[in-house]
Amino acid sequence: MRNILIIGATSAIAEATARHFAATGARFYLVGRNADRLAAIARDLEIRSGQPVHSESLDLDQLDQHPALLERASQALGGIELALIAHGTLPDQAACQQSVATTLAALHTNALSVISLATLLANDFERRGRGILIAISSVAGERGRQSNYVYGAAKGMVSLFLQGLRNRLFSKGVRVITVKPGFVDTPMTAAFEKKGLLWAQPDQIAQGIVAAVDRGRDEIYLPWFWRWIMLIIRQIPESMFKRMKL
Amino acid sequence: MSSCIPHSWGRRPPSQPRQLIACRDTQILPLPDEPLTCLPFGNGRSYGDVGLNNGGALLLTRRLDRFIAFDPTLGVLRAEAGVLLSEILALIVPQGWFLPVTPGTRFVTLGGVIANDVHGKNHHLAGSFGRHVRAFELLRSDGKRLLCTPEQNSDWFQATVSGLGLTGLITWVEIELQRIANPWIVVENQRFGSLDEFLALDAEYESRYPYIVSWIDCAATGRALGRGIYMAGRHAPPGIFKSAPPDRRPLTVPLMLPISLVNQLSVAAFNRLYYHLPRPVRGLTPYPPFFYPLDNLQEWNRLYGRRGFFQYQCVIPPDHAREALLEMLARIAASGQGSMLAVLKRFGNQVSGGLLSFPRPGVTLALDFPNQGQKTLDLLDRLDEVTRQASGAVYPAKDARMSGDSFRRYFPRWAEFSRFVDPRFSSSLWRRVIGEG
Repeated sequence: MRNILIIGATSAIAEATARHFAATGARFYLVGRNADRLAAIARDLEIRSGQPVHSESLDLDQLDQHPALLERASQALGGIELALIAHGTLPDQAACQQSVATTLAALHTNALSVISLATLLANDFERRGRGILIAISSVAGERGRQSNYVYGAAKGMVSLFLQGLRNRLFSKGVRVITVKPGFVDTPMTAAFEKKGLLWAQPDQIAQGIVAAVDRGRDEIYLPWFWRWIMLIIRQIPESMFKRMKL
Repeated sequence: MSSCIPHSWGRRPPSQPRQLIACRDTQILPLPDEPLTCLPFGNGRSYGDVGLNNGGALLLTRRLDRFIAFDPTLGVLRAEAGVLLSEILALIVPQGWFLPVTPGTRFVTLGGVIANDVHGKNHHLAGSFGRHVRAFELLRSDGKRLLCTPEQNSDWFQATVSGLGLTGLITWVEIELQRIANPWIVVENQRFGSLDEFLALDAEYESRYPYIVSWIDCAATGRALGRGIYMAGRHAPPGIFKSAPPDRRPLTVPLMLPISLVNQLSVAAFNRLYYHLPRPVRGLTPYPPFFYPLDNLQEWNRLYGRRGFFQYQCVIPPDHAREALLEMLARIAASGQGSMLAVLKRFGNQVSGGLLSFPRPGVTLALDFPNQGQKTLDLLDRLDEVTRQASGAVYPAKDARMSGDSFRRYFPRWAEFSRFVDPRFSSSLWRRVIGEG
């Protein structure tokens, strides 16, 4: 894969994934919010890939900026071959419950902005008859839980949207990959006590993403055991699930 | 996995930090809640408590792992301090460069390499790592940033090289690399029957080979005392290489064993076997098995079981080396607590100037002992007697038990050094060796 757009490039999972692509000499267009951090990552990837790296810092909540952003990326790379959408926040569930505005803002960032970008990228890929679109969803999107359902609703929306997109674009030569990580030890989850076997490192997720690209996977749970955990969790009848403290 | 409580490689002493703080970039120094002290923690490969801060906070630096600049024509690399040597090698070796000095594992961070002023098999030519550092940035708890080079802020440079992580957070480092023609190493192996033969071999090989290390059979007694295998290597010249070796998947010791597999029986058997194992006198090998024989057995420290193990590495000045080493080998053999990975090497005369730098002219001996409680501590104290009498020193990066009195004798510039310690930084080792009377 040569020409790669990464949105949310300062996220730990995106950075780890980019390093794997860099080792094969990929060219990047990076988009992120924190300009200093983005510059450090761009410089690092230039050294690892031996290729110039383009980057721009942008607040992705501004949906009206998306078409121009993708135009600039496409220009700089000479066409996007692979896009990784990895931006997101972990909303404070308690704060969301107290404020409609906070809830909608969380949905805007984690669902609507992803859908905006995915739509534009999908149409571009469809026109050119090729391309790989990868988006980071979450196992949290598989079932609503009291501790995390605003985030879960956003990720559930993303997963479902990508499913439809995949179905639509399959015959057009465009691939869509949904990544569903479990608990990952990143700055986004800094507030958690990270103990136990369920926690993964960003690079484990990155390796899984690269393998999914190579092997033509559609939906991946990372690490793999989450597929089976979620299979069980999805089977629990709602009449029981509602009583559980999850 | 950073999901676990950080421990050191020898799992001695047990430690419980009060707070773990992950550094994310070099822009800010995240400090723990008052009045806790903090200590940078890299990849946890030092053996004892030099990287631990019991009851305090650890600043996890592994995420400071970005390259900042690499000049492939001059061989100068600048990277954040949490980058591993393995990551540097993966970048530079295909472009014809190599580390100027490398320790026996590549899974250590640049910051840790500087804080311990590490040495490698080429010490007799190249000195310790600190001699190849062009610059670094030191970030103090008051927010001050110091650009340190051998010329600029040179006092801070010398305090931080070998500064055990106590002078502040190293954010980035710039090092000088060495040119290589290819990733292969020409090696030569020789058995030696005694310490005198070792010293004679050294005199013959040192000028011809930049990399030298010896394994010594420390279960041997009587006439076999001091026997071992002398291993010399140099980077292969252009055109001398084989086809690329298959990438060997590293093995992992899957779980912590309840008891140590390393015991009197296995040590004696291993040492005898290893000494007599037929090996080619000359050969060509890829660089990883030559420099990092244990890196392919991940989590090998688990072989020592839950109780962990102690490393003992000392250096003895040249004039006393022969007698002191013989005395140590005799004391070890008599104790019945052998070591599998006994390593012997002569240090050269080049020093880095680091105030607490361990490498100094003489012969260094490194040993490891499964932790058998007081019995093992007593043996190590008996070895310290010899080291002290011979005016030698013990390596803090591997230590978990030397007395404060010993430390201050081994590192006479400790008082001068202590003026550079950041008021918000401390470590278990530092309190141990400075605190007691």
